[in-house]
Amino acid sequence: MPRLLGVIGLHKRYGAREVLRIDALDIDRGSMLALVGPSGAGKSTLLRVLCQLETPDAGELVFDTPGAARIRVAMCFQRPALLDRSVRDNVRVALAFHGRRDDARVDALLTALGLQSLARANARTLSVGEAQRVALARALALEPELLLLDEPTASLDPANIALIERVVANEQWRTGASVVWVTHNLGQARRITEALRGRVALLLDGAVAALSDTAAFFDAPADTRVAAFVRGDMVW
Amino acid sequence: MNGRPELWPIIDISLRVALAALAISAAIGVPLGLWLGLKRFIGRRLIITLIYTGMAFPPVVIGLCVYVLLSRAGPLGRLALPGIPGLFTLDAMIVAQTLLALPLVAGLTMSAVLGLDPSLRQQLRALGASDRQIAWQLVREARGGIVLGLISGFGAAISEVGAAMLVGGNIAGRTRSLTTAIVLETSKGEFDMALALGAILLAIAFGVNALALRLQGKTLEA
Repeated sequence: MPRLLGVIGLHKRYGAREVLRIDALDIDRGSMLALVGPSGAGKSTLLRVLCQLETPDAGELVFDTPGAARIRVAMCFQRPALLDRSVRDNVRVALAFHGRRDDARVDALLTALGLQSLARANARTLSVGEAQRVALARALALEPELLLLDEPTASLDPANIALIERVVANEQWRTGASVVWVTHNLGQARRITEALRGRVALLLDGAVAALSDTAAFFDAPADTRVAAFVRGDMVW
Repeated sequence: MNGRPELWPIIDISLRVALAALAISAAIGVPLGLWLGLKRFIGRRLIITLIYTGMAFPPVVIGLCVYVLLSRAGPLGRLALPGIPGLFTLDAMIVAQTLLALPLVAGLTMSAVLGLDPSLRQQLRALGASDRQIAWQLVREARGGIVLGLISGFGAAISEVGAAMLVGGNIAGRTRSLTTAIVLETSKGEFDMALALGAILLAIAFGVNALALRLQGKTLEA
């Protein structure tokens, strides 16, 4: 798969604490990368840097696009902040930021995510799990080239977790988006990467400790830290 | 009112001055409140302290300051430049009432923006929103607080008497407003007239607040 973007020599500090130090990380077009690691390992910071919400202290992002043009990126946060409007309007607004209006796509996404009955409801009245699905709908509506998901199923029940995994997989297949999916759920990391022949990366102390395909990561980890993490022995 | 045609100019002057002061306060105060709510910079705390002080500033002191500034011997009045209003004019009253309303509009807008989910801005940016699109969405989200600021600013402007009396002079047909007319009628012992003017002032305040709440998308019962 051709590369979409490369992370080169990335360093990010918060005060005296170095939260990211990634020598090299490539994200290929249409790929699925599951990002796992203990809390505080830098997973969310890496997503924010990839989304260009934060500027690294050193290093760069290189886009493999004609003229190194910026790519369409959308990010979905663990704790969604929605607008004080209807569910449908929350998704519409995301498209409006790009001068687009596509009510058919909005409604199709709401239906796919089981939100059609809540389309007219005020987004502030939703449960956390419902809000997470709305946040995912508005990110998917943009048909991003790079979709960044920060624990998008953290507050969901098993049925909705499966629903979201299915919807993201379908959208990725349809649009060819690259997905970086942060999760604490190792079962989920295995499922999403297995289904889409993706890779799993373990982030420790802001650095990529291991990066491999699903089978190598979970079934035959070469790195002792990966083995400890997969076994659940790694206490951080 | 049909039997008291002299009331119309008084109402007209009150509304014109208060609405002009509100328009200027909104044009400056809403962006200022947004800026203070969203940005962190050196001197921000000082500006916020000044705004909070302005929210509780006695109107008569503001009137005194404007009087001193605009009087012919004052720092602005002696310049006699075009655009600088003279004393005992509607423009001077508008300046005084703007100084009263502006801190309320800016301060309450800032509070409303600070009350929003701090992550909202970043999440909108993560969807590709531009700075201008984010600012507009935040204004919409904070509209309750902004409308409250505008209502408070209008209320402060139309109901104050000290500044209007000092810089307007309470000249019949030229600068006499509802509040200065109430003071005059009371001093003459014309309590019926003073009460009638007070009722008109209350009715205007009620009407403007009801309209503002409607614009805000809420009912009076909400």
